[in-house]
Amino acid sequence: MRPSFRPLALALVGLLAIVGCGGGGTSPSPALSGTLTIYSGRSEELVGPLIDQFEAETGLDVQVKYAGTTDLAATILEEGGASPADVFFSQDAGALGAVAAEGRLAPLSDAILGRVDERFASDDGKWVGVSGRARVVVYDTRTLAEADLPTTIDGFTDPAWKGRIGWAPTNASLQSFVTTYRVLKGDEAARIFLEGIVANEPKVYDGNAAVVAAVAAGEIEVGFANHYYLMRQLAEQGESFPVRNYFLPGGDPGSLVNVSGAGILTTSKNPAAAQAFLDFLLSPKSQTYFATETFEYPLIDGVAADPALPPLSEIQSPDIDLSDLSDLEGTLQLMQQAGVL
Amino acid sequence: MSGVVSRRPPRFGPRGSPTRTAVRDTDRRAPWPLAVAALIIAFLALLPLVYLVIRAFGAEASAAAFLLRPRTFGVVAGTLGLGLLVGAGSIGLGVPIAWLTTRTDLPGRPMWAVLTAIPLAIPSYVVGFAFLAFFGPRGALQGLLAPLGVERLPSIGGLFGAALVLTLVSFPYVSIATRAAILRTDPAVEESARLLGDSRLAVFRRVTLPVLVPAIAAGALLAILYALSDFGAVSLLQFDSLSRAIYLQYGASFDRSLAAILALVLVVITLALTWGEGRLRDRAGTYASRARRPPTTVALGRWRWPAVAFLTVVVGLALVVPVGTIAWWLVRGLAQGEPLRLVVDVALNSFLVGGIAAVASVALALVVALLAARYPSRLATLVESSTYAGYALPGIVVALAMVFLATRTLPIVYQTLVLLVAVYAVRFMPQAIGGLRAGLGQAGRGLEEAGRSLGDGPVRAFARLTLPALRPAFVAAGALVFLTVVKELPLALLLAPIGFDTLATEIWDAATSGFYARAAAPAALLLVLSVGTVAVLLRFEDATR
Repeated sequence: MRPSFRPLALALVGLLAIVGCGGGGTSPSPALSGTLTIYSGRSEELVGPLIDQFEAETGLDVQVKYAGTTDLAATILEEGGASPADVFFSQDAGALGAVAAEGRLAPLSDAILGRVDERFASDDGKWVGVSGRARVVVYDTRTLAEADLPTTIDGFTDPAWKGRIGWAPTNASLQSFVTTYRVLKGDEAARIFLEGIVANEPKVYDGNAAVVAAVAAGEIEVGFANHYYLMRQLAEQGESFPVRNYFLPGGDPGSLVNVSGAGILTTSKNPAAAQAFLDFLLSPKSQTYFATETFEYPLIDGVAADPALPPLSEIQSPDIDLSDLSDLEGTLQLMQQAGVL
Repeated sequence: MSGVVSRRPPRFGPRGSPTRTAVRDTDRRAPWPLAVAALIIAFLALLPLVYLVIRAFGAEASAAAFLLRPRTFGVVAGTLGLGLLVGAGSIGLGVPIAWLTTRTDLPGRPMWAVLTAIPLAIPSYVVGFAFLAFFGPRGALQGLLAPLGVERLPSIGGLFGAALVLTLVSFPYVSIATRAAILRTDPAVEESARLLGDSRLAVFRRVTLPVLVPAIAAGALLAILYALSDFGAVSLLQFDSLSRAIYLQYGASFDRSLAAILALVLVVITLALTWGEGRLRDRAGTYASRARRPPTTVALGRWRWPAVAFLTVVVGLALVVPVGTIAWWLVRGLAQGEPLRLVVDVALNSFLVGGIAAVASVALALVVALLAARYPSRLATLVESSTYAGYALPGIVVALAMVFLATRTLPIVYQTLVLLVAVYAVRFMPQAIGGLRAGLGQAGRGLEEAGRSLGDGPVRAFARLTLPALRPAFVAAGALVFLTVVKELPLALLLAPIGFDTLATEIWDAATSGFYARAAAPAALLLVLSVGTVAVLLRFEDATR
């Protein structure tokens, strides 16, 4: 009796293998099924088409909650273990760090972490960078030329800039920049810098888009922002838009390259699908999408940035590990002491 | 002679009693089903505060130092200043508008009534953005003035800019409430005063105005609390209010405990304002008007064109500037080849959520208003204060409170429309309470007692006689809640089921990414929806004449 089972068992194994291969042939990830829930701090306008594509390719039921990055981070923290989210797709590394710090993000596989330069992923492997953005100075081309601008961000503490600067101190990117300044030059220098800017009575905005719009409206002449806000305005309004980007040279903290990124929640009910999504975000196709549609910098090798932008390698970004930018609390304290917040 | 008229009239209202009714209000105890229902509603309204207290207790010892630093006092003082300016501004605009659009021969009166109510539906961040784009130092206005040699205009940011924008979106709370009160008032009282020899101005000051005080105060309270809860305008116009400080704690440091402590400060301010409004209402009276007649019309004479000019300026600032900005986005986007996306399904979402929330909110408010108007007591005061307590909290605080509570106590409703609509209904209930309370005060219990003397039971008498008399109050209350819900953002973003978009979330999604052209279509639909609602509201108001 016993031996007679063998052919049957072999046949079954063979059948499973064929089914497995067949699945693999038509869809890249045969094991994927069910629902994937993404909390996206990146807006639907920006990443919706990409997520639609992922849904079509995998056949997964993908549910996306779009809201502000910090609102979503706070929501994940308040949801605790009951969070329906599998993936947190964040506008910045800071919010990912805050969620990871409360033990809500699971370690990622080396296969995913290895796709990007190690400075664009977290040290403990809890999140990975997806697209890059550079800090820039946006300036009003009606009143200024690039040659009029200082070569360091400290140059803007000169009283000559009084009343001409705009920034968004509550914006996570600006705060990452201040943290960078602290890491590079120390807290004392950062405090002096911030006080110097405050003494120049900068106009305060609630986000980078508002800063760029304010330069265009002539409310301010220069603003601290990310490189792609201007690119979108140029695409929407044409070359006559009177604002341009200025990339500070010499490894200045004002030209930090930061990332949007993603992590998988420890409470994810579909970690395989979550992993597939991160995989997809780091595929050449998605990276090209970021380069051409959102004007961000792709982070994997072999995908180039928008031709109108200086290549990532040419930006003299400060030599810094993004994981060193986790001391947001210290930055906020400093900003409060300097009278910014 | 005029002294006779200026003496306090017989009144119907919270602490008053109609002179011809044998039983004093204060002697009556609320029937227990009403009291229980009101207590449940109060409990629901207080839920966000439960969360805040839990979070505040999680604060570290350094929180006390944070709370007591000079900056916090500066922010609180600034917040009070903002409330004061918006309160004064909304009364300054709302009362004349209400009077002009009800009691005068103003040219185009019905049109002005509609136009001056719509600003309520425009999100404050749209108005704020439009103001920056238009009145900014080098905005559109500067462009127009450039040929005259104007290179920069002064900045419009800060306290006054924020107060101006928030006044322009919230004065309709005052004008709508005051209109309703004017239309309810029996013109006979004024006529008597005139016959007794008072000048027209004296009649307005001594007779008309005192009757309107409760409505004006209730409207101004809503306007002030709206200003305190607002984040959109204060962040765009760079003014540090408590709401902005609270957002900062969430957004910058993820410190939910410090945010909770600041939010509790806002609750204390809210309760103080609510108490003050209650005192004002107690001191003023409400005229009863059994025989309703349309209000008499005052001929404006040579004042008619200044009046039209005043309304033109208000509507120009509150409506034409933001609508013009939206239209400009749309035209510019279309010129750049953006497809016009008429998000009709999303508009339907907004309409349904707003409509259901409005009906539910009015139903809840009726319970509270009934208790407050008919059975004044400590219980009634407690319930009413409870419903207002969380009203000035920024949306994000209420949203996170509901995230926290729903995931822990009732996960089955989390991220469902049931929860979203319920939260809206409870949160915006104060907008409905004031009007219903005033309506109940006016309808008087005598009406039901008449019904009961004819053999009806108390519930039947209420349903048959009082409810129909309240119809204008119902419609006004429902419209206010509807207009507020359709523009609401943080709750819609965080509590709606995944994939459920509203017009407000569509506008936000496009505008935050800098795609202003794409924000224009949903913004235009939001306006259409609001204009329709306001038109219906005013039709019903007219139908009662």
